[in-house]
Amino acid sequence: MDQLDKISGQDTEPSNGQHRQTTLARKRPTAVLSQEERERQRQVAEARKKYGRGRPVRLNQVKDKKLKSALRRIENKYQDAVLGAKDAEILLENQSGFLQPESALERTYKVRQEDISEAVSVQQAKKSFELKLDLGPYCANYTRNGKQLLLAGQKGHIATCDWRSGKPGCELNLNETVRDAKWLHNDQYFAVAQKKHVYIYDAAGVEIHVLRKYVETSHLEFLPYHFLLAGVENSGFLRYTDTSTGQIVAEHPTRKGPPTALAQNPYNAILHVGHQNGTVSLWSPNSTDPLIRIQANTGAVRSIAMDRSGHYMLTGGQDSRLKLWDIRALKEVHSYSTRQPATSISISDRGLAAVVSGTSTTIWKDLLTAGNSSQPGKVQSPYLNYHSSLGTQVKPNTVGFCPFEDILGVAHSSGFTSLIVPGAGEANYDALEVNPYETRTQRREAEVKSLLTKLQPETIALDPNFIGSLDVRSAEQRAREKDLDAPSREEEKMAMLKERNRARGKNSALRRHLRKKGGKNIIDEKRVRMEQMRHEKSEREKERITGEKMELGPALARFVGGSR
Amino acid sequence: MKIKSLSRAPAPAGSDVVRQPRNLDPSQHPFERAREYTRAVNAVKMERMFAAPFVGQMGHGHVDGVYTMAKDPGSLERFGSGSGDGVIKVWDLVSREEVWSVRGHENIVKGICWTPDRKLLSCATDKTVKLWDPYNTESKSPPLATYLGQGAFTDISHHRTEPAIAVASGAISIYDLSRPASAPTQTLRWPTSTDTLTSVSFNQSETSVLASTALDRAIVLYDLRTSSPLHKAILNLASNKVTWNPMEPFNFAVANEDHNIYIFDMRKMTRALNVLKDHVAAVMDLEFSPTGEELISASYDRTIRLWNRDRGHSRDIYHTKRMQRVFSCKWTPDNKYVLSGSDDGNIRLWRANASDRAGIKSARQMQKIEYDQALIRRYSHMPEIKRIKRHRHMPKPIKKAGEIKREELNSIKRKEENVRKHSKPGSMLRQPERTKMVLGTER
Repeated sequence: MDQLDKISGQDTEPSNGQHRQTTLARKRPTAVLSQEERERQRQVAEARKKYGRGRPVRLNQVKDKKLKSALRRIENKYQDAVLGAKDAEILLENQSGFLQPESALERTYKVRQEDISEAVSVQQAKKSFELKLDLGPYCANYTRNGKQLLLAGQKGHIATCDWRSGKPGCELNLNETVRDAKWLHNDQYFAVAQKKHVYIYDAAGVEIHVLRKYVETSHLEFLPYHFLLAGVENSGFLRYTDTSTGQIVAEHPTRKGPPTALAQNPYNAILHVGHQNGTVSLWSPNSTDPLIRIQANTGAVRSIAMDRSGHYMLTGGQDSRLKLWDIRALKEVHSYSTRQPATSISISDRGLAAVVSGTSTTIWKDLLTAGNSSQPGKVQSPYLNYHSSLGTQVKPNTVGFCPFEDILGVAHSSGFTSLIVPGAGEANYDALEVNPYETRTQRREAEVKSLLTKLQPETIALDPNFIGSLDVRSAEQRAREKDLDAPSREEEKMAMLKERNRARGKNSALRRHLRKKGGKNIIDEKRVRMEQMRHEKSEREKERITGEKMELGPALARFVGGSR
Repeated sequence: MKIKSLSRAPAPAGSDVVRQPRNLDPSQHPFERAREYTRAVNAVKMERMFAAPFVGQMGHGHVDGVYTMAKDPGSLERFGSGSGDGVIKVWDLVSREEVWSVRGHENIVKGICWTPDRKLLSCATDKTVKLWDPYNTESKSPPLATYLGQGAFTDISHHRTEPAIAVASGAISIYDLSRPASAPTQTLRWPTSTDTLTSVSFNQSETSVLASTALDRAIVLYDLRTSSPLHKAILNLASNKVTWNPMEPFNFAVANEDHNIYIFDMRKMTRALNVLKDHVAAVMDLEFSPTGEELISASYDRTIRLWNRDRGHSRDIYHTKRMQRVFSCKWTPDNKYVLSGSDDGNIRLWRANASDRAGIKSARQMQKIEYDQALIRRYSHMPEIKRIKRHRHMPKPIKKAGEIKREELNSIKRKEENVRKHSKPGSMLRQPERTKMVLGTER
């Protein structure tokens, strides 16, 4: 005991008139943290990485005491929410599937569907089936909750069914070309792009609406949170209709000819339209010009797919290349080569990508997940392969992963095949968002609730979280931007640079700026303005030279210089 | 090769309860902000749709205008009012029926208040103060006691615990109720003041302090223990009513003739704590809520307004075509309803929060209501929500009067700024808005 007292000198009796050293109630900021505190900080950081929204406010920079205490209270609430969400993970019941090779020589792409069917439970094995249908190459679409399946054959055959139980929904023979078919907000309605117009049918197959404004629509997409049915036509027109009110919200001409692909970004409801010249343009109903134009491939863009978080995009082009794009940074990450052009791509909830090229369907894993650096690493071999038992006569047309299930639906020229892909589906769903096992009352409740929170088309933008954020630009800047005739800040800056720069020829500040700022493949509004300015500048140069030549006369014209 | 496919256990057969598992992963919940904002817009619209503040009127009202009201602090049900023809009525708040009435005075009943032992006191311009017992006597019965005074009485207030009342006329007379004699025990007055006092109020928390307002634009504070006045502050215009904050004993509010309400701290009368501006005519009556956070004001412009004591403008306005000049207003002790007594003789009962509904709510209902309120608070800075939240229908004359007032005030301000711009810097100092109305203070 005495020895312990001697060692811990701080809490003993004061000796020699020295003041008793009391331990500080508050730790200094640079004090070494104890094990528990370090552990707790690590937990909070982990929880915040997954469940955090935005960066925390720096309280030491706030001078106002009342504001500081109010902000501290809010930050504590956020921290509690984030930790609570992390703790709630214990309630997640299901685990996702996997395909794990046991030895170093085993490869996952050698596994066949028959082996998988044998290894999984009987209930799961029943989910893998094949439907042999005639009447044209088919396209398949699952509802948002994966309960019902819609099959549309190009020769006019439409069928819906509950694929798990095999109960048929409705069957129609339209006797005219059907180009695309999509479910609307639930399994009660679906839209079919027929030869001339777009028709909307009931769950029983009764035709409810004809959308006569849509003429020769080639692709359809439904934005579930905005209740917008978007269709892109052979004439290049992109039309949005609000299916709850029936109004046409926007009609934009894409001006690039017949589009070759259409996909929606589930994160921000922006439509990606693929064109014949290899560009992908991003559209929202709020502007008549595309928000961004990306030069994705050399040939026509055959297929586009986006992952659930809206971070990455896969484009397959006629040039047999499959490109991985980072949409947020607008950069090409990787470029893969396919044997034949990739005609259909689908990305599952967990990041598995199914690619159809030629007659084979290939499934890739970890295409989108991070490698050693922050960017995804290049994947060397696929995850699974599928070749139809009927051989090369069967050409897969479209692929689509079933939400919340380990199932891939391949619609091909002679029917539909459902494949088991372990690890594709999201294991734990949120019943208040999308419920794969919903009852009739739950479906009705969900429909009413989603109609009440239907988002306005004005909220569609590249960043979906801009709502509620403060507009920090000053009033001056806003007024300046309102005045469309005044030169923009970029142009003013360029004008200043031009005046300063006396160098000749190639090192023009404008060209340097363009080289540094613009990537070769991304065109957005800033770049368009830059290009315009460069064009104007070259025009002016030409005019100056011709003017001088005329002035000096034919003999002395050869002495007129190229540039000042 | 280890192969496992995702399989979910089926729901147990025969169970009624439907399972709804949750997953809080943000990637499963896109458009969070936009959906929350849409819900906030819906919530604020619903709040306006359900805003029906008028509940009913008390019985058949008075014949003449209601100029004074008093709530029994010891009861949630009883409530008294006095009118211009000398009639005093006691009402039951629950059934909104008249319980007791008497023609107590010959002139206007100017002040009415309850004693701690449930007796009613009334003072009138016929120079009398009468004590009644509405609980134990019949209607139209004679008073228990009468106190005679020198001049017409304008207001009356009772001490929190002692049987002492303060009655205002030319000076404050303190009567002792335990003594049946007619003479006042004390008289409090500011030595140099000669004008009539329009209102007097005992502080219910700091029990020996009283405040009064007078026609010479003064607010005077007195202390009973020293029998002397403490402090006097003179404003630009006269005040009609002074009321103490029940939760903060040193704060009081005055209802002024210049259409404003001023909240003062009694320790520092040179500066107001807050100025509440929204009325377009003189503010006749004022009361703090039992929580001390909100105020109700009745004004000569036929409206009553509800305020939060922190903000500068009203949070709600109540008016009816049939309600003429409102002379008195009171908060009910349960903080949920307000009462207004007006010139047309009616006493009206209104909800304090226009969209509230009384009644037992289920837990889900309560949760939805609280969620809606939190959403509105969260997005209250967005222009759409701000616009819908503050939208009120106002009678045309009041709206017009407000616009004219705003224009005139802006023009005065503009002219002042111009003069300041063209005069020597430092010659025209800016005065804070909260000190502008105080002309001077004396001790």
